[in-house]
Amino acid sequence: MSHQPVKFYQTGTFTVGNRLLDESIRSVQATKTRSNSLNSGHRACQGCGEALGARYALDAAMDVSHHQLIAANATGCLEVFSTPYPETSWQLPWIHSLFGNAAAVATGIAAALRIKGRSEVRVIAQGGDGGTTDIGFGCLSGMFERNDDVLYLCYDNEAYMNTGVQRSSATPPAVRTATTLPVGAEPGNVFGQGKFVPTIAMAHGIPYVATATVADLFDLEYKVKKAIQIRGAKYLHIFVPCPLGWGAASSDTIKLADMAKECGLFPVFEAEHGKVTGVSKIRKLIPVEEYLKRQRRYAHLFGKSPATDVISKIQARADENIRMYGLLATDVR
Amino acid sequence: MNKPFAITLDVGSSLANKTGSWRTQRPVYLNRKPPCNHQCPAGENIQHWLYLAEEHQYEAAWRVIMEDNPFPAVMGRVCYHSCEKVCNRGQVDLPVGINSVERFLGDQAIKHDWQVTPGAPTGKKVLVVGAGPSGLSAAYHLARSGHAVTVLEANDKAGGMLRYGIPKYRLPREKLNAEIARIKKLGVDIQLRTRVTDLSATLAAGHYDACYVALGLQQGRLEPIPQQGHLPVLDAVSVLRAVELEESVAPLGHVVVYGGGNTAIDVARSAIRLGALSATVVVLEARDQMPAHPEEVREGLEEGITLLNLRKIIQIQDHTLTLEIMVSGEGRETLPTGQTEAVHADLLVQALGQAGDYSLFSSLPQEVTIQNGAVLVDQKGMTSLAGVFAGGDMTPSARNATAAIGAGKKAARHIDRLLRGAMESACLPQELADIRWMNTRYYSDAPRTIRPILDIVRRTSGFAEVVGNLDEDTALFEARRCMSCGNCFECDNCYGVCPDNAVIKLGPGNRFKINYDYCKGCGICAAECPCGAIRMETEQI
Repeated sequence: MSHQPVKFYQTGTFTVGNRLLDESIRSVQATKTRSNSLNSGHRACQGCGEALGARYALDAAMDVSHHQLIAANATGCLEVFSTPYPETSWQLPWIHSLFGNAAAVATGIAAALRIKGRSEVRVIAQGGDGGTTDIGFGCLSGMFERNDDVLYLCYDNEAYMNTGVQRSSATPPAVRTATTLPVGAEPGNVFGQGKFVPTIAMAHGIPYVATATVADLFDLEYKVKKAIQIRGAKYLHIFVPCPLGWGAASSDTIKLADMAKECGLFPVFEAEHGKVTGVSKIRKLIPVEEYLKRQRRYAHLFGKSPATDVISKIQARADENIRMYGLLATDVR
Repeated sequence: MNKPFAITLDVGSSLANKTGSWRTQRPVYLNRKPPCNHQCPAGENIQHWLYLAEEHQYEAAWRVIMEDNPFPAVMGRVCYHSCEKVCNRGQVDLPVGINSVERFLGDQAIKHDWQVTPGAPTGKKVLVVGAGPSGLSAAYHLARSGHAVTVLEANDKAGGMLRYGIPKYRLPREKLNAEIARIKKLGVDIQLRTRVTDLSATLAAGHYDACYVALGLQQGRLEPIPQQGHLPVLDAVSVLRAVELEESVAPLGHVVVYGGGNTAIDVARSAIRLGALSATVVVLEARDQMPAHPEEVREGLEEGITLLNLRKIIQIQDHTLTLEIMVSGEGRETLPTGQTEAVHADLLVQALGQAGDYSLFSSLPQEVTIQNGAVLVDQKGMTSLAGVFAGGDMTPSARNATAAIGAGKKAARHIDRLLRGAMESACLPQELADIRWMNTRYYSDAPRTIRPILDIVRRTSGFAEVVGNLDEDTALFEARRCMSCGNCFECDNCYGVCPDNAVIKLGPGNRFKINYDYCKGCGICAAECPCGAIRMETEQI
């Protein structure tokens, strides 16, 4: 999925901006007039992928909705670091209620707007993976099932970071979490547990489901803009590395997001009415080890006697994604 | 004011929270030196002119080249473009075709008759001896500084080895003439057919304030080889000169050239064009050790020259050359094997090196140091005699046109400082833009546009130019492959990837600024800067 029509060989389609491009087709993030929906002064850690992903997504949504946007937020890092009473970093109408009811609150807002005839105002619900895949899952599924006119944004950093790195149902196998005791002798999460909500969302048959990462801005903006323009329930799952919870360098946030996609562990695709309609191909396939090694949450797999059996099981997950979604470009194969 | 239940404070912005205080390291913008600029013997700011060319600003790009090098059209043809060898893009896919873009810009300038203006007159007079690439380069730069420059040249035409050493098929003369004419228009007085035999007298007669001597190496050297019979033996310099003047060279037939440098290949390729039955180049070194540029060797072989590597001519008996077979030893050394073979020749051309004639220095008040056949100069390009500068092939150097042009530029800068009585400006060495500082993920993969090569038949039947031009589309494409190593090209990455909105975009041409009130020092901007123009520095706490 390449969403930049003009191709320049100096910068390709990958940098945020491009001075050689016409202003009208540059990314929202490249403009001086971007809304900075999540403003400076928020208390997210250095190199926070979630803060970055939230600004990328909401700025794009603000742009395409002409600043007619309301956001409902689940509890989690995103809420805590942005809105310690009485300060807020949000530069749009924003509401926080409970951990598990963001989708339901957004449903209510959408219903009120419908009654008032304000069809130009768009509604977003957002939360981390904990608030989405575990605690808020019932409300989310209901929102999908009723096809409410809401775009749900899940910022997936693969654990509850706000409670001190605690396992969520989006935490991958073999990942060591700080506050969840391992089952059995081996550290790390259990293989065969957890869930991938994008495919569950697809099972609801809603108009639009997509995944994205903070490493491919053009793709992310394209998907947010497309989703905002669709009436009905939409789900966008954004992969956002967490330097603190993953034990990674704060400067590695974008690199890790890119590596997760390039090794196949995180498939980037979009689906309409339950069918996959497009995938982002892997540019340069890398083994999962390269991705895992940069994170201390996988450190127990390496060292003097690497757990090759566990690593090969993780590789098998990546290979399965590559096969299932067709992530390799045909000329690579 | 009435506040809702349990609310006692007004809503505030998080801007009150200056997160910059968390920082232990800070991002700093800098310019690193691109490897191409660092490598260029003429000191061109290649990255800068490619940047301008990317935006269709061809005249501005050309003017950047002209700051350092008055011969873009010539250099775009004969320069061995060592810049491309060190180009960081070579580690991503293939180096940028810098040389082709330079040629395109040089040709645009000739087509549109772009000119350069001289500097405000200083009233100082400078003499340049020799109108080769080095002398003309010095004259050009001195004239742009406002000095009155006189160039004295012994030959009928200006250009030096560009004219008398480089065959037409590599450098069409109309390009050379156009770029020399531009230098003349700058007010440089080039006096032809004027040989300087006594520098001291010439300097006194013209009341010159300084001089730059760039005579080149005009005499072909002949290696004594035991000979019986009447095989004509010529040196390469006179053969190439005769070719240029369209004088007849001795009967051609089967031509053997002795030597492994570019001159030897030039002679062989010229011989084929003049109708020789064969052209064989006898080279002492192995193929990978010979000094000639691989591209020229390859083009020569395509045109039908024969290479005999690891051979030494030990005897000439009428039309038969006896070659001793050598083997490679340590380093560049070659060792004889005692085995021989015979080769038929109707003409032997020796291309084993050249020598200079330094008799013009003899009458100077103080001796000019000459060592191993070269005039020694200091870092400024000045000889052992104050005010007398020298450069080009006659000084110890790489002995190619680009190095000669660079030497002329350097000497001109120091002559200018000497005449103005200006102080040396301290110039901090710039850090090199190594690829490890860069994030090449952001550059999409694109192959290098290969210069269309004229078909071999057309090339060998005359002196038409061999390597074709890029048209505007491909030149632009090629320029846009530049990764702008070490120099911000305003891709907005730092502005986009900051999770704290702590990068301020200043608008086109003005780059960016870090807002240290909010920058937490995460380092994402530096890690994601494609070209390595941001460095993280530890905070003094």
